Amino acid sequence: MIRVWLPAHLRTLARVGSEVTVEVDGRATLRSVLDALEARYPVLRGTLRDHITLERRPYVRFSPASKICRSTHPTPRSPMRSQRAPSHC
Amino acid sequence: MSRVRVLVGTHKGAFALESDGKREKWDIAGPHFPGWEVYHMKGSPADPNRLYASQTSGWFGQLIQRSSDGGKTWEPMGNKFAYDGTPGTHKWYDGTPHPWEFKRVWHLEPSLADPDTVYAGVEDAALFRTTDGGQNWQELPGLRNHGSGSCWQPGAGGLGLHTILLDPTNPKRIYIAISAAGAFRTDDGGTSWKPINRGLYSQYIPDPDAEVGHCVHRIAMHRSRPNVLFMQKHWDVLRTDDSGDSWRNVNGNLPGEQVAYPQKDGTTKKFDLKGFGFVIDVHAHEPETIYVVPIKSDSQHFPPEGKLRVYRSRTGGNEWEPLAKGLPQSDCYVNVLRDAMAIDSLDKCGVYFGTTGGQVYASRDAGDSWAAIAQHLPAVLSVEVQTLS
Repeated sequence: MIRVWLPAHLRTLARVGSEVTVEVDGRATLRSVLDALEARYPVLRGTLRDHITLERRPYVRFSPASKICRSTHPTPRSPMRSQRAPSHC
Repeated sequence: MSRVRVLVGTHKGAFALESDGKREKWDIAGPHFPGWEVYHMKGSPADPNRLYASQTSGWFGQLIQRSSDGGKTWEPMGNKFAYDGTPGTHKWYDGTPHPWEFKRVWHLEPSLADPDTVYAGVEDAALFRTTDGGQNWQELPGLRNHGSGSCWQPGAGGLGLHTILLDPTNPKRIYIAISAAGAFRTDDGGTSWKPINRGLYSQYIPDPDAEVGHCVHRIAMHRSRPNVLFMQKHWDVLRTDDSGDSWRNVNGNLPGEQVAYPQKDGTTKKFDLKGFGFVIDVHAHEPETIYVVPIKSDSQHFPPEGKLRVYRSRTGGNEWEPLAKGLPQSDCYVNVLRDAMAIDSLDKCGVYFGTTGGQVYASRDAGDSWAAIAQHLPAVLSVEVQTLS
């Protein structure tokens, strides 16, 4: 189980609290977590990453565990180091 | 008794202002989608309770919201706007090729007959359509691919398709306008398009009477005369009486100033330019009565002399009268953006506009006098009005 903390606007949009959980088969990567998150909350599609290219939106930051990634970003297939993602700053 | 609902999109959310037919007392509902930019919000002419809103954010992209109860509740709809095929490139500010990239929906135009059909004008400029109430959007690619699309260049506000006019007498005919490409028309429901910019003259582009490249700010039409259009261009007000095949300047006595532009031969030439502004609209019952809000220039987007004045022409242009009663006449430095004026269909018709200072002004007497019906909203991006029975 992966715990995901969402920023305020996306909590409102998805009608959830600050933290949601998703299930990921196998090793958790950023892409697999986002896939699971969007599958559970389809309204979030297109908000964290582009619909077509699946690239991160320019201002969105993903934060595995508690480390905010400002200058570098986890690649879609990077393993998540703990169970906390994504956020924005 | 009739009611009026004014839909206001702002930089930080959407608001709905409602009044009875007297239009004296207004209730303000909102903000809906607080914190998000709402570029445009409009109701379906076929079902006034069906509303659509373009909700957008630099952080989280584009959302489309739909209401089926007149704005009490909203539901997010499809937000995937994928250009048809390989999008290719348009021109960037410096003239180099730039990939077509979807940024936001500037304008939503519901079908006149079907509440589930809506047209969306987007940046980078393209026209999309949904026929299932906003769940899925498909591009009408004939517009970008008609031949000049690769030469379109953004204006200062981006390469946005901001105006969509549906001909009430001919469902196959649609007019659109793009900053800074110009105006276009389809006569076959959106399959093929042609530029309709003959008669436009833009001193500030390399070829001032080019077929495309003009910074058209807004076009308006009276539903009883869909062949007559009025245009607010970057520095002019124009009209056409032949569905856009030819345009003529109707600036007349609008305020203006002398502006110098470099010429191809290296010299500089001064032009007496009048009527810079963004909005233009037509009286509900008098097709020759039109409204604009002149602002000082393309470099100073605020009213001349700090006086906010709507200008009205009862002669389809050329002869204009300033309307100032009830509007601030000193120290006013707001702008009125291109989608921020609307007109109800009561008698006398109501005229509404919103400002970048967060005021919404209304006139109950076709412009003779004005009053603020909201004063402290976020910067207003768009105003639409529904006349409800």
